[in-house]
Amino acid sequence: MAIWCADLALDRWRHSEGCQYGEGADAAPLVLITETAHGPRIDAANQAARAHGAARGMMLADARTLCPAIEVRPSDPAGDLAFLERLAVWAQRWGPWSAIDPPDGLLVDVTAVAHLFGGERRMLADVQARCTARGLQVRTAIGPTAGTAWALAHHAAQGAILDPDDDPRGRLADLPVAALRLDNDVLLVLKRLGLKRLGDLAGIEEGRDRKGSGRDAIHRRFRNRKSPAANPLIRMDQLLGRVPEPLLPVVPVTAPMVQRRLVEPIRHRQLLDTVVADLAEDMARTLEAKGEGARRLQMGLWRVDGEVLTRDLEMAAATRDPAHICRLFSERLDDIDAGFGIEMLRLRASWSQPLELDQSDLEAAAEQHGTSLAACMDRLTTRLGKDAVQRPVPRASHIPERAQGWQPPLEPEPASQGELAFHTRPLKLLDRAERISVLYAAPEGYPRRFSWRGQVCEVARVEGPERIAPEWWREKGSTRLRDYYRIEDETGRRYWIYRNGLPTDGRGGMPDWYLQGLFA
Amino acid sequence: MDTSTLPKAAELAVRAARNPRWQPGVPLPLHSEIFTCANQGVGVGAALAFAQDALRGAADDAASLEERSVLWVQDARAIKLGGRPYRAGLPEGLRHRLIHVAAKTPEDALFAMEEGLRCRDLAVVVGEVAGNPRALDFTASRRLTLTAEKHGVPLLMVRLDAQADLSSARMRWRLTSAPSSPPRWNIAAPGRAAWHAELFRARAHPPGEWILRDEPERLAPEPIRPERVQTTPAPDHGDLVRGSGARSLAAL
Repeated sequence: MAIWCADLALDRWRHSEGCQYGEGADAAPLVLITETAHGPRIDAANQAARAHGAARGMMLADARTLCPAIEVRPSDPAGDLAFLERLAVWAQRWGPWSAIDPPDGLLVDVTAVAHLFGGERRMLADVQARCTARGLQVRTAIGPTAGTAWALAHHAAQGAILDPDDDPRGRLADLPVAALRLDNDVLLVLKRLGLKRLGDLAGIEEGRDRKGSGRDAIHRRFRNRKSPAANPLIRMDQLLGRVPEPLLPVVPVTAPMVQRRLVEPIRHRQLLDTVVADLAEDMARTLEAKGEGARRLQMGLWRVDGEVLTRDLEMAAATRDPAHICRLFSERLDDIDAGFGIEMLRLRASWSQPLELDQSDLEAAAEQHGTSLAACMDRLTTRLGKDAVQRPVPRASHIPERAQGWQPPLEPEPASQGELAFHTRPLKLLDRAERISVLYAAPEGYPRRFSWRGQVCEVARVEGPERIAPEWWREKGSTRLRDYYRIEDETGRRYWIYRNGLPTDGRGGMPDWYLQGLFA
Repeated sequence: MDTSTLPKAAELAVRAARNPRWQPGVPLPLHSEIFTCANQGVGVGAALAFAQDALRGAADDAASLEERSVLWVQDARAIKLGGRPYRAGLPEGLRHRLIHVAAKTPEDALFAMEEGLRCRDLAVVVGEVAGNPRALDFTASRRLTLTAEKHGVPLLMVRLDAQADLSSARMRWRLTSAPSSPPRWNIAAPGRAAWHAELFRARAHPPGEWILRDEPERLAPEPIRPERVQTTPAPDHGDLVRGSGARSLAAL
């Protein structure tokens, strides 16, 4: 079943104004607009404005010349989409699942459901009545596939029903090709080809010899269009049920939430810890019932004087261990200012992941043998911050300091290209390469003696240069290349130094030398 | 404390049995300290080499150790002096399982090390602390030792530019760099890492000096001046070995 809210934006506006269709503020011409780069453009126009000539997609300036008295309100596409999501959940009263069809439609699966409402015709009447009661103008249709239902809802008479036994080609032949849910440029192509009705397209597909020779011609014309919305053949097949059309159902998700209202406002930490422990146990039970573990927890503390304090917690792995949650929160509650007292606490798991039940005696054994890695990471990140606990991962770059990225410790490692084994890299890299002063340079180019941090190094052995060019797609043109040398001095100190540029590269004066890494 | 680990009276009579010289492959004590200069990457390099050597030695549960992570804790001053770990330069087997903790203060670094020692999923904890912070006193090091011995996770603490003050570490090394052996194909290039290692305090071994070479499959020691160790034996203090510059305590 397809439900098309033909006037969704205006229906929402009427609801916010509290007026009926064509009455009150709606009686005057009114349009909803969005600001674009070329000026305000009309998103929706009410009946009075349409009578004066304003239409969707028109520039506001053009509409003003037709009707100077036109009223203007900003449109709210994000709000419309959110409303449509809620409407999709509400529409599950007529079927087990529903999908949104942006910008203003719904698709509800009513397979083997209609008899519960007394037949398909009475079901559509029910949909109509309930939506009208909510102030929504809808057009509905039922079809064997999502494509037919959509086409009938948008382009056929209200309440059209296509039985699976009917011949869909015959019933749909008179609908315009726009009923195939195609992009505007494809519609333009079809219009130029003279294909205006679905029957025309079906006729071409069959071809003159009725063997499907015309299908190849259309296939060649749209051979590089893979997306269904850009290829009329795919849409036609979906309409007739020859290829599947997956839809994304709307599933309402409620975050597990527990709260405690306190008779007496609490002001002391000890009592607060007790309540937090109770909340953590309630939350653990709630999560266990759903077979989930929390990744992110939000604690809200309502104070008597109207302030609300919130504390967020993010875990490295899903958990529902109350002791662990309590321990992590106890560090975050140190700076709570209770004021005149806290009267309500609420704990909400805004992000949870599936977590199976596990045996409790294994946990008891784990208590003796220490914590798990995830619990350890949680404790570290809670005290030291998220940026302090990280894992080095390779990144696609030639520049040594950019070739390494950092990510949270338990995330899976991204795929990367293997490293070249003959590139010897230092064990530690300084955060900023430090400049060294060369006291005596060898004729080959590398320094024989240099000083760094107040100590003089006599270079005994050297390997290089390894030239690393700047990444021109990322950096300015004046960035200089680097010549890296691996050096060892007479006492065995091993460093990674580079010369920033060449004397003759025309990007500045004599190049400087820097020390970037320490070898083991 | 488990009395069965204490030496028997008969064993005490034979000094060689009580104090075997340190060699690679012996089980890593659960708390070691390495003193180095901050301007070199020697400390952590040697710590990782010791850790790998010991993990190779523990062959029986090698499969489980292979998969466990390595925690590397640094305080802010150590990062400023010596830089951060660089993945491409780490030993091959540790690259994918390193977790780095950048603590702001030495207190936070000690907290992170202790939490790491409590974790059963870590193979080894490497801590890097610069100087002699007030937080890292004898009590703190004793606390780390006890945690490490309770949970069986080894701790290798690298002390950059630090005085060897009171500590309960079971082995205390002083490391400097040593000229590397020339590589096979280009004798003008620096070779694999080599360190001049001085073991100046250990519970189970007499002090000594070695040149340690980080070979691909093993840690190769070359004793230097062995005659000095034989002619001037370490004073027989039992567990107490007086390190140079350290005021030795009755460390348990």
